[in-house]
Amino acid sequence: MKAFARLFVALDQTTKTNARLAALRSFFEEADKKDAIWCIALLTHRRPKRPVKTPLLHEWAAEAAEIPLWLFEETYHVVGDLAETISLILPEAEKREEKTLNERMLELISLGKKEEADKKAYITSTWSHLSRQECFVFNKLITGGFRMGVSARNLTRALAAHTGQDVNVIAHRLMGDWRPETTTFEALIESEAVDADAGKPYPFYLAYPLEDKPSVLGAPGDWIIEDKWDGIRGQIIRRNGELFVWSRGEELVTDKYPEYSSFLTSVSDGTVIDGEIICHDGKAPLHFGVLQKRIGRKTVSRKLLEEAPVKLIAYDLLEYQGKDLREIPQHDRRALLENVVEQANDSCLLISPVVNLPDWAQLEAYRAKARDRNSEGLMLKRRSASYKVGRKRGDWWKWKIEPLVIDAVLIYAMRGHGRRANLYTDYTFAVWKGKELVPFTKAYSGLTDKEFQRVDAFIKKNTIDRFGPVRSVNPELVFEIAFEGIRASNRHKSGVALRFPRISRWREDKPAHEANTFQDLIRMLEAYG
Amino acid sequence: MNPLLVFRPEGIYCPAGDFYIDPWKPVHKAVITHAHADHSRGGMKAYLAHHDSIPVMRHRLGSDIKVQGAGYGEVIRINDVEVSLHPAGHIIGSAQVRVARHDEVWVVSGDYKTGPDHSCAPFEPVRCHHFITESTFGLPVFKWKPQEEVFDEINRWWSQTQAEGKTALILAYSLGKAQRILQSVDSTIGPVFTHGAVENVNQVLRQAKHTLKPTTRITRETNSDELKGALVIAPPSALGTSWTKRLGDFSSAVASGWMQVRGMRRRRNADRGFVLSDHADWPGLNEAIEATGAEHIHVTHGYTGIFSNWLKEKGYNATVVETEYGGEEDDEPTKTDEV
Ligand SMILES: [Zn+2]
Ligand SMILES: [Zn+2]
Repeated sequence: MKAFARLFVALDQTTKTNARLAALRSFFEEADKKDAIWCIALLTHRRPKRPVKTPLLHEWAAEAAEIPLWLFEETYHVVGDLAETISLILPEAEKREEKTLNERMLELISLGKKEEADKKAYITSTWSHLSRQECFVFNKLITGGFRMGVSARNLTRALAAHTGQDVNVIAHRLMGDWRPETTTFEALIESEAVDADAGKPYPFYLAYPLEDKPSVLGAPGDWIIEDKWDGIRGQIIRRNGELFVWSRGEELVTDKYPEYSSFLTSVSDGTVIDGEIICHDGKAPLHFGVLQKRIGRKTVSRKLLEEAPVKLIAYDLLEYQGKDLREIPQHDRRALLENVVEQANDSCLLISPVVNLPDWAQLEAYRAKARDRNSEGLMLKRRSASYKVGRKRGDWWKWKIEPLVIDAVLIYAMRGHGRRANLYTDYTFAVWKGKELVPFTKAYSGLTDKEFQRVDAFIKKNTIDRFGPVRSVNPELVFEIAFEGIRASNRHKSGVALRFPRISRWREDKPAHEANTFQDLIRMLEAYG
Repeated sequence: MNPLLVFRPEGIYCPAGDFYIDPWKPVHKAVITHAHADHSRGGMKAYLAHHDSIPVMRHRLGSDIKVQGAGYGEVIRINDVEVSLHPAGHIIGSAQVRVARHDEVWVVSGDYKTGPDHSCAPFEPVRCHHFITESTFGLPVFKWKPQEEVFDEINRWWSQTQAEGKTALILAYSLGKAQRILQSVDSTIGPVFTHGAVENVNQVLRQAKHTLKPTTRITRETNSDELKGALVIAPPSALGTSWTKRLGDFSSAVASGWMQVRGMRRRRNADRGFVLSDHADWPGLNEAIEATGAEHIHVTHGYTGIFSNWLKEKGYNATVVETEYGGEEDDEPTKTDEV
């Protein structure tokens, strides 16, 4: 595991992409192929099931460090990463023990079935035999969240350089439902043809946000323009008599959406469709909040199927009659897609309507009303574009609507985690209801480090009261909160829930009494909820 | 009987002696633990500080400040109160302030560390009844390695950076850590250059007859070729400013206790993070407190709530005191005088 821990240190010690790529390449050059496949699996979130419940890890670590559990929890809150907290809090190991990554992973897999006492003995004994760095990596193997700052793109690039293959081929090889326990580095990466796994999806092509005026893109006629539907991006694969549904997060979700089983008969074999998984009442798409009821549920009740019916809005055709279509122009793929949808004649399979308006001004006006259609804005796709891999500039743009905004007063603050563990950066905001401030949202990101430092200093000097890790502060600072949507919620005291709330700017020009009111919030709920 | 020290909006106050310790608002008399900006502020009518703090205080607060100097252990009587300064091991001249009257003894730690440092006198525990302690790193994840190991890492990084034909830029605050690094790195590797803010402090210390290894100030005229393979010491605020353009191709490193936590290393956006602090780590805080024999512990800046709860659990009478002191790196004045 030393080589893997060393890779981790190397990745951690640099912020430069080239140095990271070099570290990955040198790992793949040195590493045993069994360790290499595990490394790829971990970096692409293919971790075996967690063998131990995390609360137990908290307990065992506190015990080994001879500190009370509450102190462990407080410390973990500050550090923000469980694996790291444990590795820092334990006493330094006296003896070392060397095992390969493959050996460790197999041990952890078999650990899952053991009794709790055996689990504890194995884990605490391993802790006492590892350096801090290896201990951290070992804990990450258990808890997951193995990002190591390596994007899928960079892993793909490193493997492409290592094997001399094309980046897009590697990206495709890495997709799908392979497991490190059952496949080999040779089969996944080095074999002649891309693994003939029937369920293997294509890497998604992702749009870049359009920040300029759309007129820089030339005439609207060069573009296929559609609504940007507000569901989950997905890929439907109909191959070898089977159906696979993948979400953009590379999760196989076939069982969550039984509605799609009709595609087995309505869509012909050898077809792959890119589209939006979305709730739809047969007339129009529904609010994202409706789909949220379905996300995270493995099995769906009849009641839920009625309340939150799912359809697919098709955007693109990636494979037809068993042929990869990604290189043919957007315009031609769209024509074929329209055929496929029409022939399917399936009430679950809809086509994403094209917005045909002659100029950008009219399109802009149409975009401004996106919220009324439960859409997030417009998608612009160049007619001549091929279907690319990952987020690329140039041919696909998302032209989102402006977020909703409200000015709110900061009233509670908590210390941040990890990156910002020494600063108060987690805030709760409130709006006025008469003379009272009603908290309605938390928001995290959106300020610069300098601004965070200034707000932190304010909080420390203006604390009214402390409740555990939370401080209430004098209601003086006003921030503009931006969000994508609003809906009624009885889980929130204020009665509203915001979608993607974040701080858009610090309104240093506004005194607290000029912040928005609860009535303003309710008006927004009525207009957009 | 009234307590010997009380906490006022201006700072820590001694009613019997009518003076403040490290006040953050202007008062008539201030005893200063050390010359960092958050503990030693301008605007006081009179100051009392360790001899070694005075040159830097004059440099930062003005040459006309009225200040009385004292050595470690020297007892100064103010009314019926005894005041004395004792090494805090934080930076040059840093002191714990012992205040005693009759049988009651209070000690104000200021900032302190218990580990060794070639640039200042080592921390000395002082017996007392009430101990006012900092808690900058008052969490059990903060445990410092022996400084030799850290300097080995720094030396290795410097050599490696040199081998790559680059400049090694290390960020450390200009008073204290900068000199600690200067005095402890292996200067056979190459020359050491300084940012103006660091060199100003070095100059003040050299004028006050402190021996420091040779350094060269980086100016507009400095050619970046001269800096290849050199170590450059600059305050943290220099990273990300146009000043770094003078360095040519460089590798950057931050030396701070915060570098213990990965997330904070990331935030700094430097190439390397070395865990080197001028504050006590978790074991250091605990040992220091135990060594005072005090029953009453007043916890100031840092993880005050968590640390005082921990002390309570250990049987101390611990309370949190709100102050306006900063933490590691907040010691730096916000504006660095660029030259
Ligand atoms: Zn200090
Ligand atoms: Zn301090």
